[in-house]
Amino acid sequence: MTAPQTSALKPVSLEHDAWGQLILETDDGRRFTGVIPARAFPVSDPEHWVSICDSQGHELLSIENLSSLASGLRTVLEAELAHREFVPVIQRLVSATTQEPSDWVVETDRGRTAFQLNSEDDVRRIEPDQASIVDSHGIRYLIPCVAKLDPASRRILDHFL
Amino acid sequence: MPVRTPENFDIRQELPLRLRATVDAMLGREEALLGWFEVDLDARLNFVDSFVLLTDKRIVGTSGGDLRPTSPQNNGAPGGMEDAAAGEKSWPLSAELSIQSKEKGGAGALELVDANGLLAQWRFTPARTKAAHHFVDRLKQFRSGSLSDGDLSESSEVLCPSCGSPIKGDQGLCETCIALPGTRPGRSLLRLLRFARKRGAMSFLGLVLTVGSTSAGMVPPYLTKPILDKVLVPYQNGQEAAFRLIPWLLGGLAAASILTWILSWARTYVVAWVSERIAADLRNQTYAHLQRLSLEYFGGKRTGDLIARVSTDTDRICYFLSVYLVDFANDILMIVMTAGILLSIDVRLAAATLIPLPLIAWLVHQVRSRLRGGFQLGSRAWADMTSVLADTIPGIRVVKAFAQEHREIERFRRANDRVLHANDRVNRLWSFFGPVIVLLTDLGILIVWIVGVWQVYNKNVTVGTLTLFVAYISRFYVRLDSMSRMVSATQRTAAAAQRVFGILDREATVPEPVHPIKTGRLSGRIEFRDVGFRYGARTVVEGLNLTIEPGEMIGLVGPSGSGKTTVVNLVCRFYDVAEGTVLIDGTDVRSFSIEEYRQHIGLVLQEPFLFYGTIAENISYGRPGATREEIISAARAARAHEFILRLPDGYDSLVGERGQSLSGGERQRISIARALLIDPRILILDEATSSVDTETEREIQLALDNLIQGRTTIAIAHRLSTLSRASRLVVMERGHIVEIGPHQELLAQGGTYSRLYRAQSDHLEERAL
Ligand SMILES: Nc1ncnc2c1ncn2[C@@H]1O[C@H](COP(=O)(O)OP(=O)(O)O)[C@@H](O)[C@H]1O
Ligand SMILES: [Mg+2]
Repeated sequence: MTAPQTSALKPVSLEHDAWGQLILETDDGRRFTGVIPARAFPVSDPEHWVSICDSQGHELLSIENLSSLASGLRTVLEAELAHREFVPVIQRLVSATTQEPSDWVVETDRGRTAFQLNSEDDVRRIEPDQASIVDSHGIRYLIPCVAKLDPASRRILDHFL
Repeated sequence: MPVRTPENFDIRQELPLRLRATVDAMLGREEALLGWFEVDLDARLNFVDSFVLLTDKRIVGTSGGDLRPTSPQNNGAPGGMEDAAAGEKSWPLSAELSIQSKEKGGAGALELVDANGLLAQWRFTPARTKAAHHFVDRLKQFRSGSLSDGDLSESSEVLCPSCGSPIKGDQGLCETCIALPGTRPGRSLLRLLRFARKRGAMSFLGLVLTVGSTSAGMVPPYLTKPILDKVLVPYQNGQEAAFRLIPWLLGGLAAASILTWILSWARTYVVAWVSERIAADLRNQTYAHLQRLSLEYFGGKRTGDLIARVSTDTDRICYFLSVYLVDFANDILMIVMTAGILLSIDVRLAAATLIPLPLIAWLVHQVRSRLRGGFQLGSRAWADMTSVLADTIPGIRVVKAFAQEHREIERFRRANDRVLHANDRVNRLWSFFGPVIVLLTDLGILIVWIVGVWQVYNKNVTVGTLTLFVAYISRFYVRLDSMSRMVSATQRTAAAAQRVFGILDREATVPEPVHPIKTGRLSGRIEFRDVGFRYGARTVVEGLNLTIEPGEMIGLVGPSGSGKTTVVNLVCRFYDVAEGTVLIDGTDVRSFSIEEYRQHIGLVLQEPFLFYGTIAENISYGRPGATREEIISAARAARAHEFILRLPDGYDSLVGERGQSLSGGERQRISIARALLIDPRILILDEATSSVDTETEREIQLALDNLIQGRTTIAIAHRLSTLSRASRLVVMERGHIVEIGPHQELLAQGGTYSRLYRAQSDHLEERAL
């Protein structure tokens, strides 16, 4: 098997079939059922480099720039990506206990929730002003801009960052 | 070329002076000295100096001072003529006579043999190993006619490829191009001043503020004298008291206090600012220096010890600078000023107060060196303890797998006990020393009272003067007391500084050339010319000659321990050759700038190490400016792209310590992508696929096929099937190349390779059954 020239293929259409599977049609006329889209850089560059893999996880094609897609295709793709990615964005920290394991209560874009951290190492700075938190169940929470949090939340976060 | 006569080779001029007379007496006029070897052990391995000479006619051995024949139990050996008077033996250079240098346990042996067996043997310490090899080479060169005149080491003049001057010395290195080791500077604590100079302005400000605040602190006691003598005492005695002075005097007291407060506040801040920066500079410089040291240094150092030096020891220095050093300067100033004021007021009283001073000085001196020893011990014990941590925490899986937790706990406890004992030792000394100083202080004040009361009684001084004295002197002794505490802080810091400078003073054993040659675009031709390498005295690679053409892939095979990794280390210049040269595109690797040169080398190791960071960061480690597209295409070529896409965070997933755990094969493919991204001319794979399963190996193999295109590749592998793409296989055994050739040819030869190959294919068949 040689390395497939994935980036050469272009998507022609992307739609859901009756079973909710995603069907991809490419410019060489082939159809693929049950394809899975994935962002290569979901945190640092979500708008570029989206790959579409077949149901086995082999890459079929890669889209360098989402904005280059036809709008219909892009809507389906982004809806599917949003459907797969569950990364609540934290808007406010309500409380966090300081001893390990620490219990957090936060308000996210998906509503208020509580979780537990295994260790304070699970709060990480990714980009200079971005933080990500992984709770004891492996769910990831994102703080896209630490500076934009309210002072009370920032004070809580400072204990961990 | 002029016709050479033996006299042309004579190197008697180069003999060390202490040997010259002896050698001249031993050799005839018509005999030319070709080489000598200074032996430093006798047959029973005692330290006894003697030497062996090589002339154009014979080999002569002396036994140095003790006049015993050097060759053991061989006195009657054929061909050995003994000149009893000089304690020397000589053997004519017959055709079958040969010398060889061997390693025999901890000490080497230079052996003289002929067709009948061993004639003589001289033993030497590893320090003489190189010279021994050289001596052996001299005879070989003489016989092959390649011996040159005058020059001790090189058979022909070689010009430095970097600066063009002729190269001397057996390293094949240009002396003008290799940096000389720096001069060893003096005391560690004084050397810290160099770091303070970089922060000159602020350091100076700190000094000024210190002087200012100390002087302001001297004012209040001075004002007590007029309060007593001019106001209170006259008033009490019913005389006219100058009460109008009181507001001024009290105001002065208040002003002095406030000034002292402001100045010491500013001083503390400025000094802390400066010392924090000095410590940070020191840490940066130490770490930067550490990064540039050769691998050899790290091989001999424990991680924990290095960490302790860079972190704990520099912090200690910072604390000293910010807290103690200022106090110290303060104290000195105060003591000098106080002494000055006291002497100016009343010489006799002043002299009395200073009586205990010499005693204290003597005591401090006694304690100092002992404290320093104690602190050094403490620092080392602390580093040992850190080492235990640095050792076991990364190895925790092994500890648990072998259920050795209790043993590691015990190991830590022992290390911790050593810290405890070292600190106890210091504390014992200290707990005695501190109170003694306090006792002497009290004694000093007592003396002042005695002398003062006596003087007041005799109406020589006023009550005000006495009060002034007592006020000053108690400050004085408080200062002395805190200075004595300084002693321990200074010694602790000196010990820390010594450990930090221990790193800074270390020179890289792989030196950077002074005038490096630009590598430019390398084509990747690698040539080993008579390469030899030793770890210490142990020869690991010897007489290696090999040329690898640009773009060629060779497979390096051989039993483990045969020196394959060592060969690769020499190409990477992790170590420098002991003999011969490694040439890249015809230029000695040692004349390139190390950093620039290594940018042309892609290295994939058996244990792929990933740093803490995202996958994208790890892939672009060698070229941080790489675009996302380049990162993806490197990962595709390394067959890592698809598994990365399957991770929830893709290329943004955190890996390394504390990060996402990846399997060995996955980590390996990331490290291949990392090597691929720098687009190296030379690719080195050191057992890159040895630690993964066959399926992953197949994947990696495919990745490698992408990787080796158009690059000079050296691949080391135990699974010989991995090397199917290699145009030639180089078989190594015990540091020598034993076979070179393509797979089929070597198989037909029926040598080491075919044996290795058959062992593996049997094994495969067994598995297939
Ligand atoms: N840092 C070192 N210090 C001392 N000896 C070493 C060092 N590294 C390797 N050796 C020794 O050098 C010999 C060759 O090692 P190496 O080149 O790693 O072998 P290979 O890679 O063929 O298995 C071995 O006998 C090994 O013990
Ligand atoms: Mg090896």
